[in-house]
Amino acid sequence: MAAEKKEKIRLSYKQKVLSAISSAFFGILSFLIIFPVIAGLVASFRPGRELIRKGLSINLDISTMNLKNYIYLFAGNADSIKFFTWFKNSLWITFLSVVLTLIICYFVAYGFAMYDFKFRTPLFFLVIATMMVPFEILMLPLYKEVISLKLIDTVAGVILPGICSASTIFFFRQYMLGLPKELLDAGRIDGATEFGICIKIMLPITKPAFASMAILCAMGAWNNLLWPLLVFRTSSKFTLPIGLNTLLTPYGNNYDVLIAGSMVAIIPVFAVFLAFQKYFIDGMTVGAVKG
Amino acid sequence: MKRKKSILYSKKAAPYIFILPFLLSFAFFWIYPLFSTIKMSFQDIQPAQTTFVGFDNYKKLLIDPAFHIAVGNSFEYMLLTCVILIPIPMLFAVLMDSNLVKAKGVWKAILYLPALTSVVISGTLFRLMFSEYDTGQMNILMHMFGFASIKWLKFKATGLGALLILACWRWTGVNMLYFLSGLKGIDKSLYESAEIDGANAWNKFRFITFPLLKPTSIYVLTISVYAGLAMFLESFMLWAGNSSPNNIGLTIVGYLYKRGIEKNQLGYASAIGLVLLVIALIINMVQLVLNGTFKKEAD
Repeated sequence: MAAEKKEKIRLSYKQKVLSAISSAFFGILSFLIIFPVIAGLVASFRPGRELIRKGLSINLDISTMNLKNYIYLFAGNADSIKFFTWFKNSLWITFLSVVLTLIICYFVAYGFAMYDFKFRTPLFFLVIATMMVPFEILMLPLYKEVISLKLIDTVAGVILPGICSASTIFFFRQYMLGLPKELLDAGRIDGATEFGICIKIMLPITKPAFASMAILCAMGAWNNLLWPLLVFRTSSKFTLPIGLNTLLTPYGNNYDVLIAGSMVAIIPVFAVFLAFQKYFIDGMTVGAVKG
Repeated sequence: MKRKKSILYSKKAAPYIFILPFLLSFAFFWIYPLFSTIKMSFQDIQPAQTTFVGFDNYKKLLIDPAFHIAVGNSFEYMLLTCVILIPIPMLFAVLMDSNLVKAKGVWKAILYLPALTSVVISGTLFRLMFSEYDTGQMNILMHMFGFASIKWLKFKATGLGALLILACWRWTGVNMLYFLSGLKGIDKSLYESAEIDGANAWNKFRFITFPLLKPTSIYVLTISVYAGLAMFLESFMLWAGNSSPNNIGLTIVGYLYKRGIEKNQLGYASAIGLVLLVIALIINMVQLVLNGTFKKEAD
């Protein structure tokens, strides 16, 4: 009896040590992960010229640190006007593409999930097929197409090709398949139109799926670089990533705006993530669980 | 049930109306560009005129040294990211899933943060960290171990290393979350019965966790292969543009961008894109076979 008790205590002691080691391990890993961002943050309080000359050195010498980059960024000079224009453009494009993508993909997914129709399987295979071809392959012909449609340098040109996102359709469909179809028949008996059922009965119960997808689409749109880089030509229309990218001249004279601007650009994203973490993870991992 | 004539009540027409936007988008932004890129790959496209050149673009690709370098770089990067970014996040997830780790939420959130940063910002931060000057982080680290400074982004091996570190930084947390969600689906009672049979931690991992994580592993493998082969922006940002010394950072998509966008040779660039497409499709077929998709019924 006594021996058994001793064994138990020893085990829990061993577990405590293991627990401390593994927690410390993740602590160190997290530090390594967050380090570049912290280094960037520290660097943003230094003159931009220093960055080009010295790299991202993380010496915490307070005497060389000041708020000049941020004051410059918010001061209302030509560079800062550009920065906030880009910021505004990014917000607008993100908002538009999230709203349009969600509405359209919701309807498409509803069609696939809630009806048995003749060509359902082959048509859904087309949705899957679009996921199998990397966007980069279609980038050039799409670019040509957007030019001939006169959509080059417009918000529509950036948003339209991606609006019917296969992964979003897939996620909504997956979610709806888990809901009881009987609800729809109840609606039909009450004399609702097919569209009315889709809006009045289905929409309220798919809210959690909307939250996950909204966040995922927003992330994609906010950080999207390659396609907007091809479509936009006027600097007043640039989104934040393209704008920041144009600041990367070999002379490095814009690093003040670049590094402070980068930090300002990261903050809203981190804030949204911390507030809605659960939805991020739900939306992201749906494909992995299904396999 | 009474049959209404109005289209609003038609159960037959409704699904087609609902999926119409997809069909339109599919036609305009997928099928059309796909066929037009196939067509362009057999053409020489000049501003004034377009001529059909047969397989000339593909023949040129066969003897284009820059293209060979790009393919080599993309494959190296893809293979190494798969080798690193699957087993390590899997182990991290298993550890994270055990009841040993404290403050899980904090670590998970921090590990996921890099995936939220735009590649413009992360690329800039890493370029500065890998700066060739003595004051860059990586060189400070080298000095700590008594080595001299390295011009990281000027050599093939160190350049690739920098790309891989950037990839690890961005994707470790994401892949770990995939595995964590896979682990959630494993029935805990399996472990309990294994314990009764006297299985140790390794055996439990080897015979329960690892096999049951197979769908997740295949998913992560697929997206890693895709992302690896189509990698472009990481290199674009790390070298501050699409040119690196001796093309050490050139990838397939980078070369496609260079030829198609920078040099406006749409025909040649389309041929590059189609080579990538064929590679992607082959890998897809292999993945579907491995996954046993053909054995199951569709859907």
